[in-house]
Amino acid sequence: MNENFIQINGISKHFGNVKAVDDVSFSIKEGEFFSLLGPSGCGKTTLLRLLAGFEYPTNGNLLIDGSDITALPPDKRPTNMVFQNYAIFPHINVEQNIKFGLRKLGLTDDEIKKRVDDVLALVKLEGYEERFSGQLSGGQRQRVALARALVRQPKVLLLDEPLGALDKKLRDEMQLELRTLQKEIGITFVFVTHDQQEAISMSDRVAVMSEGKIQQLSAPNELYKNPENIFVSDFIGETNFLKASTRSKDGDHINVAIEDLGDFKVKNNLNIPENSSDVVCSVRPESMMISRDKSDWDICLEAKINQTSYLGEMTRFYVEVSGINKVITVSSQHFDNQSFENNTCFISISLEDISLLQKK
Amino acid sequence: MFQAWRNIYSKSDNAKAYSLLSPALFLIILVMLIPMALMLSFSSFTQVSMMEIDFTPTIQRYIDFFEKSLLVSLLIKSVKISFIVTLITLLTAYPVCYYIAFYVKKNKMLWLVLLTLPFWTSYLLRVFSWKIILGTKGVFNSTLLGAGIISEPLTFLMYSEEAVIITLTHAWAAFALLPLYVSLEKIDFSYIEAARDLGLSKFEVFWKVTFPLSLPGVIGAILIIFIPTVGDYVTPALIGGTEGRMLSNMIQAYFGKINNIPLGAASATIMLTTVILITVIVSYTTKRLTQRLS
Repeated sequence: MNENFIQINGISKHFGNVKAVDDVSFSIKEGEFFSLLGPSGCGKTTLLRLLAGFEYPTNGNLLIDGSDITALPPDKRPTNMVFQNYAIFPHINVEQNIKFGLRKLGLTDDEIKKRVDDVLALVKLEGYEERFSGQLSGGQRQRVALARALVRQPKVLLLDEPLGALDKKLRDEMQLELRTLQKEIGITFVFVTHDQQEAISMSDRVAVMSEGKIQQLSAPNELYKNPENIFVSDFIGETNFLKASTRSKDGDHINVAIEDLGDFKVKNNLNIPENSSDVVCSVRPESMMISRDKSDWDICLEAKINQTSYLGEMTRFYVEVSGINKVITVSSQHFDNQSFENNTCFISISLEDISLLQKK
Repeated sequence: MFQAWRNIYSKSDNAKAYSLLSPALFLIILVMLIPMALMLSFSSFTQVSMMEIDFTPTIQRYIDFFEKSLLVSLLIKSVKISFIVTLITLLTAYPVCYYIAFYVKKNKMLWLVLLTLPFWTSYLLRVFSWKIILGTKGVFNSTLLGAGIISEPLTFLMYSEEAVIITLTHAWAAFALLPLYVSLEKIDFSYIEAARDLGLSKFEVFWKVTFPLSLPGVIGAILIIFIPTVGDYVTPALIGGTEGRMLSNMIQAYFGKINNIPLGAASATIMLTTVILITVIVSYTTKRLTQRLS
């Protein structure tokens, strides 16, 4: 397995004064399901278009499987793309759409037929050959777009928010299906999305982008458990930020004073310096415990429930801790809004679940 | 009674459609169907003398038309001139529209307005201005004479088929620009990117994707230029001279100077039929062409 299958070396893309992609370098492994995740305007789509050849970088170079593709036009690259709006040619039918990219590969008629049949079976679209784009549902169009790109057997498949136009249920199905498909055919996928849940659930690795830079590149669980900065912590899942300042280090731990709560010793994975006031503590809503009675956890606070929202699999509580002028979000699978008398409760935090982050 | 009408009205989309269309329908019947019916019936009469028309139905006028080689050759010439005008207009307007649709990023509207600006003046004025440009003492000739490039004014510029073609091409260009622009502008750029992504060169992308997708506009432009130019008589009358005369000028003469209204009506009917036939053929073949291309 090639660790550096796609190499992105110091890539920048400027549009006038806007730095859409700002000096980005990383590698994508062969056969990996890789996601570029970020809010709109973070540069993720530009990066994908640079890989596809629709844009050329201002600086830096791109390599796929060892060969430099920086200056190659899209038709000469070993990549194919699934477009956000699918871009199924409306004037030709499904079969012709899928064959469209095969004419330049110099295949025999038998080979073409076999490839088309195989890919139609792969995306479960047998029997739809004669249909036109206008006669297909969103999900079917997405499959055609996928088939049209895969039938060329590219080294890398680029996907530009392909699930964005589908409704929730179909999207969940397609997420699973895409993931299975990718494992089955083993092609490297580069997937662009703004949906953190989508990225986390499908990818082997995720690069979180913001303002043209990579904020963090790691496996989904790392991203969630050990965010490297405030942006990632805030963007991936939900969290509570508490103001804090660091005191003295103690091995791989550090003493912090959390505003209004007191002094605690927490782990210091990011090696944040001593005596810094530019830090926050991040605590996930589901890592806290809400209870009727006081607990013996590291931190236990009496609180008042301001609001609740019932989500089915869990209930989210917005609580106000006595002495802290801040609403904290806690989620629980065991309690709902009926469980508490007079809206009073206790919330407990384990020090293990506090991530210390540095402000920018 | 009123309630019954209301029920019909609210339930039937057809009733709604027709009531909304009725003013236009009325106008079309008044100014198109009735005159056409009149023309058809007149083409079956016979002009006996200056003031007298024999109303016995006959198809002799149509036979007359095809027996007069002048009329047939004028019909062919009209179609030929229109065909050349349409072709030149398409070949010049298409690249311009392509450029505006895909390469102009800001102020597309300004470009279109500027391009169509000359067409906001009267058609007659524009034809006359070509007379000034192409005439023996016109802008073109005096410039060439003054520069010493020619010693005699170029006479073929004026009162000729070429003059009619030049003038008609310019006069109708704006009508081609708009449908072409709209059909190109509507093409989602991701289709073009997708085709490039699927391995086609820029040239192939144009023939396999861009051009087929712009065909509605091309057909629109063809028809919108071809139909009126076949029947145009102002330009040939003012600029064409005897050389550039078209069938429409003869038809006008039959209704006027020559005073043979039935033959004029028959000629007009034949011309109308020809145009309809060509329209059908153009629409059909372009549709087939699209399928062949892709």
